[in-house]
Amino acid sequence: MMNKQITIAVTGLNAIDSPGPGIPVIRGLKEAKAFDARIIGLSYETLEPGLYMHDLVDKSYQIPYPSTGTAVLLDRIKYIHSREQIDVIIPNFDAELMPFMKLRNELNTLGIRTFLPTEEQYTEREKYNLPEFGKKYGFHVPDSEAVHDIGKLQKVLRDYDFPVVIKGKFYDAGIAHNKEQAVSLYHKISAKWGLPVIVQEFIKGTEFNVTGLGDGKGNTISAVPMRKQYITDKGKAWGGISISDKNMLDLTDKFLSQTKWKGGFELELMKDKDDKFHILEINPRIPAWVYLAVGVGQNIPEALVKLALGLDIKPFADYAVGKMFIRYSWDMIVDLEEFQQISTYGEL
Amino acid sequence: MKIKKHIAISDSGFIFNPDTGESYSANPIGLEVLEMLKEGLDYKTISNKILAQYNSDSDTVEKDFYDFIHMLHQYNLIDKDDE
Repeated sequence: MMNKQITIAVTGLNAIDSPGPGIPVIRGLKEAKAFDARIIGLSYETLEPGLYMHDLVDKSYQIPYPSTGTAVLLDRIKYIHSREQIDVIIPNFDAELMPFMKLRNELNTLGIRTFLPTEEQYTEREKYNLPEFGKKYGFHVPDSEAVHDIGKLQKVLRDYDFPVVIKGKFYDAGIAHNKEQAVSLYHKISAKWGLPVIVQEFIKGTEFNVTGLGDGKGNTISAVPMRKQYITDKGKAWGGISISDKNMLDLTDKFLSQTKWKGGFELELMKDKDDKFHILEINPRIPAWVYLAVGVGQNIPEALVKLALGLDIKPFADYAVGKMFIRYSWDMIVDLEEFQQISTYGEL
Repeated sequence: MKIKKHIAISDSGFIFNPDTGESYSANPIGLEVLEMLKEGLDYKTISNKILAQYNSDSDTVEKDFYDFIHMLHQYNLIDKDDE
């Protein structure tokens, strides 16, 4: 029997050393049992590898950077929609979530579904709001403070013991062991990701991650915990293993039931020497290692699309423990014509 | 003392803790001791079995056994209630 074909637009095609989640999301969608996915890739750069992966991405379009504003983005989406009849959009970058959330109603009117957190949910888990988030919902979180200038940084550093973690608003982080290192990281990160920069208490322990999916009503549709086994110099997982810690799953259920989180997410957790879990970050989107979740039996991208389309969905009951993912890089040979096509016309 | 219930130990001596994702390798004697601990045998019984099977003395077996137990504690593979 033939499945219904669903056209899904996906961002985050930068399958590079610090990869975006787009390609693993697409792999999950291509393996969906409930529908046949036709994938429209949305890219920002002409060298995003996903553009050239024609076995995964059926057609690609460039879209404007989030900083250009929602009106420009909407115009571009309208154009792409007129050609491709998009059913669902899955944005995969933190920085583009807010524009897509703001356009939720307009997209809905066009017949394009999304399954994204609310603006309030998105904002309250921002790194600089984490202490209030912890207090409100009863989670252990590190002390954090947003810093907009060097003067404030110097002042804030007086309240923290070294080492401290210096983080970008969306990405990037480093550990500073003294004031000089903190200042240097502040300049480096703010130059790349803008302000504010976040100063965060350093919690010593073992890092774990959970990816999952909330239905927006407080229910856990999916939750898969993972321990990174191999970490790159950018702190990204290059290998990881699915684990079964009940405390981590309970914490995830609590996060979803308390916040009524809608959409995919990733919890970055630190287990301290007393076995206490601290939430270091809540990423408001599917992470790049999501294919491990697909591989252990929880196809989060497929479930997200079903939720976006209002289809019936049952929470995943189980997953395989002790399955590993090992990332690898792969050189594609690409004809100049293809590069020329995307560079000149913004589509491929 | 008992090995945590859900710790997976393969015939090759590969040990996997599904709570943490940590894995370890035990040598053949380590594997024998682990299996006996999993069965719930006490030190005396384990020591007698090792002495009957291998050319060693009770002092060496005792020292090696408790070194091994110390390591299992460190790796969080033994039930805390059974310490």
